[in-house]
Amino acid sequence: MSPPSANWAIDVHDLNKSFGDKHVVNDVTIQVQAGRICGFLGPNGSGKTTTLRMLCGLLTPDSGSGQALGYDIIAEADAVKLRTGYMTQKFSLYEDLTIAENLQFTARVYGLDRRRERVDAALERLGLASRRGQLAGTLSGGWKQRLALAAATLHEPRLLLLDEPTAGVDPKARRTFWDEIHALAAEGLTVLVSTHYMDEAERCHEIAYISYGRLIARGTAEQVISASGLVTFHGEGPNADKLAHELGKAPGVDTAAAFGASIHVSGENRAELEAAIAPYRGQGYRWAEAAPTLEDVFIQLMDRSQDNVP
Amino acid sequence: MKSGGFSLNRVTAVLIKEFKQLTRDRITYAMMLAIPVAQLILFGYAINTEPRHLPTAVLIQEDSRHARSIVAALENSRYFDVVAQARSPAELDRLLRTGQVQFAVTIPGDFTRRVARGDKAQILVEADATDPSATGPAVAALAALPDQALRHDLTGALGLQGQPSAPFEVVVHRRYNPEAITAYNIVPGLLGIILSLTLVMMTALSVTRETERGTMETLLSTPLEPLEVMVGKLAPYVMVGLIQTAIILVMAATLFRVPMGGGWMGLAAGVALFITGSLALGFLISTVARSQLQAMQMSFFYILPSILLSGFMFPFRGMPAWAQWIGEVIPVTHFLRVVRGSLLKGQDLGDQWRELAALTAFVCVVTALAMARYRRTLD
Repeated sequence: MSPPSANWAIDVHDLNKSFGDKHVVNDVTIQVQAGRICGFLGPNGSGKTTTLRMLCGLLTPDSGSGQALGYDIIAEADAVKLRTGYMTQKFSLYEDLTIAENLQFTARVYGLDRRRERVDAALERLGLASRRGQLAGTLSGGWKQRLALAAATLHEPRLLLLDEPTAGVDPKARRTFWDEIHALAAEGLTVLVSTHYMDEAERCHEIAYISYGRLIARGTAEQVISASGLVTFHGEGPNADKLAHELGKAPGVDTAAAFGASIHVSGENRAELEAAIAPYRGQGYRWAEAAPTLEDVFIQLMDRSQDNVP
Repeated sequence: MKSGGFSLNRVTAVLIKEFKQLTRDRITYAMMLAIPVAQLILFGYAINTEPRHLPTAVLIQEDSRHARSIVAALENSRYFDVVAQARSPAELDRLLRTGQVQFAVTIPGDFTRRVARGDKAQILVEADATDPSATGPAVAALAALPDQALRHDLTGALGLQGQPSAPFEVVVHRRYNPEAITAYNIVPGLLGIILSLTLVMMTALSVTRETERGTMETLLSTPLEPLEVMVGKLAPYVMVGLIQTAIILVMAATLFRVPMGGGWMGLAAGVALFITGSLALGFLISTVARSQLQAMQMSFFYILPSILLSGFMFPFRGMPAWAQWIGEVIPVTHFLRVVRGSLLKGQDLGDQWRELAALTAFVCVVTALAMARYRRTLD
């Protein structure tokens, strides 16, 4: 086994994976620095889960190569597995085992020493020590995910792969979950986390956007927004939200979306966009230029990549 | 639109949805068509409760015209196929005990002399009566033998015209199950069926459940090796199988008074192999099935022929050759022979090596397939 090299926790190139005639992952290259939290974004079915599975040795890439934590993801998959925590999209601990029993099982599978100590510490950190005998299936969605995270990090991995860990979880539980992720990253853990939530994407150090199996945007949130070249106007006024449908079809407008009583329009060409909203100036509407949000950028990326589909 | 009462439109909506789902689930669809067809063919052609052409060995202690006539008459009855000529009583007994023949016929050395003298001439027919329904009709047919067999021989000088009784009598010994008690055959057979039912289905479901609930993905992302998962998951069911075996054997002995004829070594080996093979088969099913429902259906698809074609329910030798070939491939067939052989006939390992070899092959093939399939599941 080669020792971990360089500063990349994840360093993979040109990964490809097909299922039947569906090319699910297409020449994806990702590098993530150690200790960073990288948000992995993209529409449903864009290949995020498949990429994560290839990184942790659950799937073998058809082609491409790379290293995770300095180990070859194909030849040294076992070494990668041992040092990686993976949390699946669905709650995948045993619902008919208790909270403590689930953690004990994980500890045994990884052959950890000081099992009782580690499990107790994990329960303490989770704040579940008093409910250790409760069946995991009876926990609420947010608690289940925190338990799954505790199980995935019990063996002190150096890389954490999270597949939509907070889908369907309430905002407060999500915030707690993300606080834990940041705490783990502060200890040096590298995290690759897929999500559909923009607020979560903004909490990541950096973002990778994948669509139709291709990586199409990369960088920090600010970099991705500025690289998009998107211009956004914010409109307020009587029934401004009702304009969304009309404006969405106007030339130069990429997206127009109602937010409560106001409207948000974006486009790549400032002149065209201003021309489009010009008829609605005055008439009681107030327009102001606003910073594009990550959501505006992603919808634009999604629309654009859709157009490129053969 | 009214919402109360019974709406045909709403029924139609459910009906169309249901039908579409049915056609998408290919396996269910295949089962719905395959099972009736399979059952028709099995019941219609394969199953015969009056088996004929049963393998028979003869021990002829005098080479005479009468002896040849009796052998010919046996064959003419179409119930008996003489497949072996034993040279000694010991050899004859071995053929019957190992199950190579269903009947053993002895024509004694003084047969012709006794027929000529009218002195209670006898032939001895020993039947392997472990399965009473397999031998019953053939034994009944023996009643006509004395009147028929020597008719042509006895028209000349030795003619016995006018003699009221038949020239000889047939002594029938029902071996291994003299009182023709059906339970002696069924109860040991049930061991095979119950083990199949629970073990194949339980493992198939237990592994498919992990896949269905997503826990298998977590297991695979850990350092666990496929063989480790398989051994760890199946070991508890070995216990279940052993407990079931103990319960069935104790009940067989106490409630049904099934003879316990020894042959414990062979029985132990057979049970061990059969439990292992059944578990591996369940595991194999779980690597193919995508849901617990499918796993259930596939297990059923295995168990149905195990009941019908193994000799459990209907006499194995009553089936046509093609059905017997299918039966030979079914592990339960071999297991039943081991269990019945051990309990009823007191077979030892030497008598059972063929069946044990077949079970070993079953275990090896299914385990290899299961391992090969399991490695590939997520890819």
